[in-house]
Amino acid sequence: MSLSIGPRAGVDGTALTVVIVLFVFVTVLGFAAARWRRAANLATLDEWGLGGRSFGTFVTWFLLGGDLYTAYTFVAVPALMFASGAIGFFAVPYTIIVYPIVFVFLPRLWSVSHRHGYVTPADFVRGRYDSRGLSLAVAVTGILATMPYIALQLVGIQAVLEVMGVGSSSNEFLSDLPLIVAFALLAAYTYTSGLRAPAMIAFVKDFLIYIVVIVAIIYIPYKLGGYHKIFAAAEGALPKKPVKVPGSLIIGAKGMWPYATLALGSALALFMYPHSITAVLATKDRNVVRRNAALLPAYSLLLGLIALLGYMAIAAKVKPIGLNGKPNAQLAVPQLFENLFPSWFTGVAFAAIAIGALVPAAIMSIAAANLFTRNIYREYFERGADPAREAAVSKVMSLIVKLGALLFVFFLDRTTAINFQLLGGIWILQTFPAIVIGLYTRWFHRWALLLGWAVGMSYGTVVAYQQVNLDTKKHFGSPTALIDSIGQKGYIALTALVLNFVVVIVATLILRAVKAPAGRDHTTDDDYWADEGDPRIEPIPELVN
Amino acid sequence: MRRMVRRSVSPDMGSPELGSAATNVLVAVVVIIPLVALLWVPFYAKKAPELFGFPFFYWYQFLWVFITAALTFVAYLFVRRNDIDRRDERQVDRDGGHRR
Repeated sequence: MSLSIGPRAGVDGTALTVVIVLFVFVTVLGFAAARWRRAANLATLDEWGLGGRSFGTFVTWFLLGGDLYTAYTFVAVPALMFASGAIGFFAVPYTIIVYPIVFVFLPRLWSVSHRHGYVTPADFVRGRYDSRGLSLAVAVTGILATMPYIALQLVGIQAVLEVMGVGSSSNEFLSDLPLIVAFALLAAYTYTSGLRAPAMIAFVKDFLIYIVVIVAIIYIPYKLGGYHKIFAAAEGALPKKPVKVPGSLIIGAKGMWPYATLALGSALALFMYPHSITAVLATKDRNVVRRNAALLPAYSLLLGLIALLGYMAIAAKVKPIGLNGKPNAQLAVPQLFENLFPSWFTGVAFAAIAIGALVPAAIMSIAAANLFTRNIYREYFERGADPAREAAVSKVMSLIVKLGALLFVFFLDRTTAINFQLLGGIWILQTFPAIVIGLYTRWFHRWALLLGWAVGMSYGTVVAYQQVNLDTKKHFGSPTALIDSIGQKGYIALTALVLNFVVVIVATLILRAVKAPAGRDHTTDDDYWADEGDPRIEPIPELVN
Repeated sequence: MRRMVRRSVSPDMGSPELGSAATNVLVAVVVIIPLVALLWVPFYAKKAPELFGFPFFYWYQFLWVFITAALTFVAYLFVRRNDIDRRDERQVDRDGGHRR
């Protein structure tokens, strides 16, 4: 059977042409988007970075969906299913439970942010706790955690290019060519039109993705003889994988804790990321956030079906071999598409994956750049920066963030890309107490929160570093680690968060006992309920320093 | 831009404060049910019964996509009404405070 062939020799001309045509189309759209809804002045941070804060339910749905439908969905999760089986399916409970959680706290964040002109989570923390230190910690964490998440997108684009035949194994430069091309594409196109470009492109992207997904989940199972056969093939092949930790079709007793903690940790972390918060703040009123929480699970359904592409790759006997000649599970889905689709449709599918990685990567880097400009640059380098200056700094910073992401790709293990995102989760989750609990109560002392954050960050980083991948011998090899007290493995982000909370509570009790100054709260209870049309809710309020 | 106050006080919920408490409970339930159903892995980590070729482990989780979306939507309807109540309450306070 022709199904079991490896990568095609040379470049697939038809597929490449289709990809290029779609890319050009999308790029033109992106630049045209700069004039979409005619922003008064794109040179201000609110316009470049938040799209003027005027997105309604529909646009927000696409924009938030863009955060989910990324290389994470198309490359990393199916790759984990392909390599390890059921554990990779944790992405489904993760993307289900995230919305009820979001439903509860994000409207409060929307309200308080709009009343005080907060653009970033660090702005909020600054106003709530009157603490520059805590605000800086939140900002730095946001920027740091975003980098590996962007790195995941780069790996996704790279996977597509690699399977398509871009680059070669003949020398170092050529074997990294797919990655370099991926980076250049991303950098070139975020620069000009800020958040409007990704919002506009998200429509095209989602349209493409829906077509590809629908074709993939109907046509491929049909070709492979139905879902029953696909699951049977996975059940047979997973335990026999030539790796140190074989997979399984149904989660085993040892996998339950990792499964549940990965899902919960990822769900709690998702809306701590600056890019998710940016998307939420860009909405018109607080109920857009809620309506979306009810609409977005539609994405989770498709995410689950896409995850199963990993099993379809097993059933189709795909052998994903990288340019370096080693097996690379990240290539499983692109390779599956190339093996089973006609060339032109392979092109459409690859364009969908690549653009699907590009859009969120752009949104992420813009959000991280905003965070830097407002909470680090303006705070510590140039107090009186005017809006045009801020937008200029953000643009440069968005490039630097992408360079940081590139470093992650070069230095960490690229064969399990999902670990990038999970590493980011370990860090970003440590801002949870300051942001989410801060939305409800100011009981936690600001210094205690800072201490808890420091402990959580250090613990999480050290433990994550200690996890060595048994097959590739690289550090940061696993997002889970043994929790001694319960004798089970769990997602490091959650363990670190628990530690973080313990430190915060103990330190708060002590600091309150010694009457350490708690600072002034710049927000009032009423702020957390404010809605569009209320007094002092304005579309573009600038922070008064 | 004065609002109609009467509209928001629904007969089944009594005063806005009562409505608010009921809404909070409902929202809490909506959050907790999917969390328990999906994070209690031993409950669904099995192969049988299969549905359309999908092992239980998989279709069970797919099912919760729909259940959670429905629950969240119901909560949205309740919360929206509650928000209107709150806003009207404040509107009344303000209007009472300094009449134009």
